[in-house]
Amino acid sequence: MSARPSTRLSTRQARSLTGWGIANLAVVLYALFPVWWIVALSFKDPATLSDGDFVPRTWTWANYRGIFRTSEFTRALVNSIGIAVIATTVAVVLGTMAAYAVARLRFPGKRLLIGVSLLIAMFPPISLVSPLFDIERVLGLFDTWAGLIIPYMTFSLPLAIYTLSAFFREIPWDLEKAAKVDGATPWQAFRLVIAPLAAPGVFTTGILVFIFCWNDFLFAISLTSTTSARTVPAAIAFFTGSSQFEQPTGSIAAAAVIITIPIVVFVLLFQRRIVAGLTAGAVKG
Amino acid sequence: MAEIVLDGITKRYPDGALAVRGVDLTIADGEFVILVGPSGCGKSTTLNMIAGLEDITEGTLRIAGQVVNDRAPKDRDIAMVFQSYALYPHMSVRDNMGFALRLAKADKATIAAKVEEAARILDLTQHLDRKPANLSGGQRQRVAMGRAIVRDPKAFLMDEPLSNLDAKLRVQMRTQIAALQRRLGTTTVYVTHDQVEAMTLGDRVVVMRAGVVQQVGSPQELYDEPVNLFVAGFIGSPGMNFLGAALAENTLRTSLGALPLDDRTRRALERADAPRDLIVGIRPEDFEDAALGEHTGGAVCTVTVEVRESVGSDVYVHFAEEGGPVPTEELAELAADSGRADTGLQEHRVVARLSTATRAAEGGPLDLWVDTARIHVFDPRTGANLTHPERAAG
Repeated sequence: MSARPSTRLSTRQARSLTGWGIANLAVVLYALFPVWWIVALSFKDPATLSDGDFVPRTWTWANYRGIFRTSEFTRALVNSIGIAVIATTVAVVLGTMAAYAVARLRFPGKRLLIGVSLLIAMFPPISLVSPLFDIERVLGLFDTWAGLIIPYMTFSLPLAIYTLSAFFREIPWDLEKAAKVDGATPWQAFRLVIAPLAAPGVFTTGILVFIFCWNDFLFAISLTSTTSARTVPAAIAFFTGSSQFEQPTGSIAAAAVIITIPIVVFVLLFQRRIVAGLTAGAVKG
Repeated sequence: MAEIVLDGITKRYPDGALAVRGVDLTIADGEFVILVGPSGCGKSTTLNMIAGLEDITEGTLRIAGQVVNDRAPKDRDIAMVFQSYALYPHMSVRDNMGFALRLAKADKATIAAKVEEAARILDLTQHLDRKPANLSGGQRQRVAMGRAIVRDPKAFLMDEPLSNLDAKLRVQMRTQIAALQRRLGTTTVYVTHDQVEAMTLGDRVVVMRAGVVQQVGSPQELYDEPVNLFVAGFIGSPGMNFLGAALAENTLRTSLGALPLDDRTRRALERADAPRDLIVGIRPEDFEDAALGEHTGGAVCTVTVEVRESVGSDVYVHFAEEGGPVPTEELAELAADSGRADTGLQEHRVVARLSTATRAAEGGPLDLWVDTARIHVFDPRTGANLTHPERAAG
């Protein structure tokens, strides 16, 4: 474009650039507005909490100090991190193996497997909560880490299998054949050739699964009863104000900001890999 | 370096489809053998069975005297070059080439020395630390070759290694591969669908069709003495012309006129108890402008030139021929393979290769001499070449 000397064209270009800039700004503002609102709320003191001001008139750390004063929140934070990390690891490992099989092998019942995993993803979780509650009570899994890890794993596996099998399909089969002819055992071929190439897909899937486990409220509130396995989203619901006439809005906002931080850090850290991963399925490289 | 023996190799897929039927082939130590045929003829499947990437349904495969049917690819000591090159995208050129040695647990100094040596031969030294994504097509192809030669394997297997290159580079790499193979003296099996590649590269060429070996021979043998209609039509560019013919007295009546039979052909036809309706095959160079030079024997016919193409060294003259040969399955497959079936040209055309001295003009009449001593006569029912020397002698 720059090779063309026409000034009219460059004005048109400038205009389209401005247009895009405004559109982007609008989208970013739209997306970040609620986030800022929560952040602002978390820094307001109880007196100005409901004043509707966009920027707090007086800044205070009181809400943050408040939620860390008791072990209720910190205990929930530990539960959240532990449960999400374990569930994500197991789901990604199992999902990788299943996706590899789905993408590469012909086996009886393959379509059934794909169908069933899709069915699980489509099943409304709310309809499963009461049966799960009963089952876990009988099995003694109720209000334990395992009691949450198992349903998280189950519901994130279809997602993991679907994303990962798309990645595996992108890896040319010839590479595996080449590795075999070069003298690799099947395990060496997988470890030295296939796995490094599938890494962006594994990261992407891992992050998606982690976000799902981290943010879940439904299972967390239904399948726990004490702080022994209660995760942050559920724990927030049990926050109380300093007196019974006071809403715990400030504490909730502060807790919400804190549980957002790990996700933001996680995503920023692997951003390049995720972008590479998300577009890997679309463009042949 | 080793001899490869295929003994009744058959591939049957679980759904019952026969991809390769009873291939018997002995590839001598150091020989360069080409498997050629249209797509779906089983040539790649055969190669994959030699490599161990596909199971052999029936038959035995011996490499260097040992039966390797049930050995994994890694235990067969063969190297393979893939059509897609299959370079490991996350490894540098150096690591790609050294991968097999690394798996074989060679020590670092040996790996480095061998990779350097291969890189020097293939002119890749300055690219050793680059990733495959940053290389041109020709360079990637050379890395794929390098990965094969560093190992000094018993045999090279190449699956259409040049088909992803552009035409000019392909010709260059073809020469390079031939020179490299001669220099290393490693047994090589090379798969291609391009008959020019097959003719120029191989010591021997194996022509396959629908999973069956049609003929094995040197490029010249295949050209001069094709055993059947398919080989005759597949080898040579432009391909052999096929005309319908009726046997009458001592002549073959074709739409180009009556072609007198010489003794060789007559005896061959008598011995074969030939049917009345036959297919005559004439290579483009077995025509000549009757006005040029003295021609003894043969026959002269008059045609109307439709297209005249001058390629510098020769002149190609195309003319329409009424009727055409009896349609057979083999001819249909040849037409599909050459793309002739897709051009939508209904009438049958004949090509003649003439000396540049010809005065043939488009739209004008031309007297053509046909060298009847070199014509081939095929049985339309079986496709067999009735004038093939072995058949004629036996």
